[in-house]
Amino acid sequence: MDEVVRLIDVAKTYVMGEEQVKALQGVCLTVGRGEFVAIMGPSGSGKSTCMHILGCLDLPSSGEYLLEGQSVERLTKNQLAEVRNTKLGFVFQGFNLLSRTSALENVELPLIYARVPTQARRKKALAALDMVGLAGRAGHFSNQLSGGQQQRVAIARALVNDPAVILADEPTGNLDSKTSEEIMNTLRDLNAKGITVIMVTHDADVAAYALRRVTFRDGVIVSDSAQEPAGRQVEA
Amino acid sequence: MDILLSLRIALRALKANKMRSFLTMLGIIIGIGAVIVMVAVGAGATQVISEQIASIGSNIILVIPGSTTSGGLRAGSGSVPSLTADDARAIKAECPSVAQVAPTLRGAVQTVYGNMNWSTLILGVTPEFLEIREWKIVSGRSLAPSDVDGALKVCLLGRTVADILFGDEDPAGKTIRIQKVPFTVAGVLESKGQSPQGQDQDDVVLVPLTTAQHKILGTQFPNTVGSIMIQAKSAELLGQAEVEATALLDQRHRIGPSKDRDFSVRNLSEILALSQQSSQVMSLLLGAVASISLIVGGIGIMNIMLVSVTERTREIGIRMAIGAKQRNILLQFLTEAVLLTVFGGVIGILLGAAGAAAVAALFNWPVLVSPQAVVTAFAFSAAVGVFFGFYPARTAANLNPIDALRYE
Repeated sequence: MDEVVRLIDVAKTYVMGEEQVKALQGVCLTVGRGEFVAIMGPSGSGKSTCMHILGCLDLPSSGEYLLEGQSVERLTKNQLAEVRNTKLGFVFQGFNLLSRTSALENVELPLIYARVPTQARRKKALAALDMVGLAGRAGHFSNQLSGGQQQRVAIARALVNDPAVILADEPTGNLDSKTSEEIMNTLRDLNAKGITVIMVTHDADVAAYALRRVTFRDGVIVSDSAQEPAGRQVEA
Repeated sequence: MDILLSLRIALRALKANKMRSFLTMLGIIIGIGAVIVMVAVGAGATQVISEQIASIGSNIILVIPGSTTSGGLRAGSGSVPSLTADDARAIKAECPSVAQVAPTLRGAVQTVYGNMNWSTLILGVTPEFLEIREWKIVSGRSLAPSDVDGALKVCLLGRTVADILFGDEDPAGKTIRIQKVPFTVAGVLESKGQSPQGQDQDDVVLVPLTTAQHKILGTQFPNTVGSIMIQAKSAELLGQAEVEATALLDQRHRIGPSKDRDFSVRNLSEILALSQQSSQVMSLLLGAVASISLIVGGIGIMNIMLVSVTERTREIGIRMAIGAKQRNILLQFLTEAVLLTVFGGVIGILLGAAGAAAVAALFNWPVLVSPQAVVTAFAFSAAVGVFFGFYPARTAANLNPIDALRYE
């Protein structure tokens, strides 16, 4: 299988005052193209830290992180920004859209930083909105949209640069169960189209949508297994 | 990221906090406005003084009679009629740096025409006087050397005197009485306006020097003159001419170590140049004070930008997570700061120009808003934006994306 993400014996240690916090202690994880992985674990288990490292927002203290076969360890801040821009798509718990900005402009933002010309930018952004079923809301400001719609705009924004992997951090954390279902279906549909998704969650119902479940505890992976995804049979 | 786009993003951010943006700009508006008004008023003052210098004539030295001491009592300058028309002729003949010499004699007289009368200043002059003062005739003719040689009873009227005595009538060729002596008006002088001391230079009647000496102001010492005006050949020779004239008069008046000078030599251009300099210093000082308010305004901008960076930490985090480089964030906040100051600068320039126009209308004073000052003010306001916007923008750019994203 084509390898997208590979963590080799990754450790991360924070210094909090005089105390050393070992957030990750030797994590090995490989995710292939087209996978849908749910990372689970109680708070403090290191799943968020792992997500930050996968998202190139943070660098490991030791070990190696290969993104599409390339080590990120020696990259400068600017190069990391470029990696985030072109290879990664983020979906956050709090949506994190820019307020007073239309859905379309929010989705265009990564393309602006990638210096995509205006015409192509508009076209790609509209296509991404279409993929999440919000083509009709392109002109709406983010604060005029419902929570579920905002999160789908955020997914469109994560998609727009054709990233190698979409990283979703508690994507349904701020949503009610019905909307959560909508969002998870959207993510599942995208995954069905071949997009790699790695999702952090502590909600077993949400994790059930994934094809593989990785569980963290105390900075190490305690289980990693494929699973029969929920909801998929209904459709089939 | 193209400039147009970053301008639009910055504009949106500023519009989101209209009141705050306006208050922040206010410092720059006041600073730039003050600079524009001060510089304009200063330039106006300098111009007034330059015009006064021009109205006196260029490269002029004035010789006036000196003080005397009689019985232990020291009288003031000009109290003794020590200068004569012969002194003037000698200066003209013997001083190589001197171009022209104009002896004058002055006095106060009553002039009468028909049922109008006016008390004015009379100056006995030679045709050279009009040349040195660059004083032209607007109607009739000027004074001729033959008028002086023959001590003819002709006169030239200053604008003020002509207006008072004749109203709308053309005075040329009419007869007026000066101290009951009938004079023919040869011509009318062009208007000179006020002297640096605020006197009306047009409230004057000019007559030939000889006529003044013999027929109007008959003095106890024959051939004496009130003062001698000397024009040097050039501005560079002004000092030289002063030295030559002083040496010659010392010799003619037999001034030695034991005898005080009975005349004094004054360089008018120097006095005026000094007052011009002081007005320039004044406008420089005013400009400096105005610049301080500009700096204070800049600090206000820095303060607000820092608040704005803190408030928008989360936005910065999002932008970084989706691929904004440090440079992008830096430019975004810098653009906002510069936009603030440039807007403030433009409004300040407009208000300053309006203020300058108001000053001009109120004090009847030429107020000059030079394009140079406007361009400088504009550039300066942009520079203030860059200078005071840089630190907050760098703070934003240096944020750690994880911390920024977690910020509540």
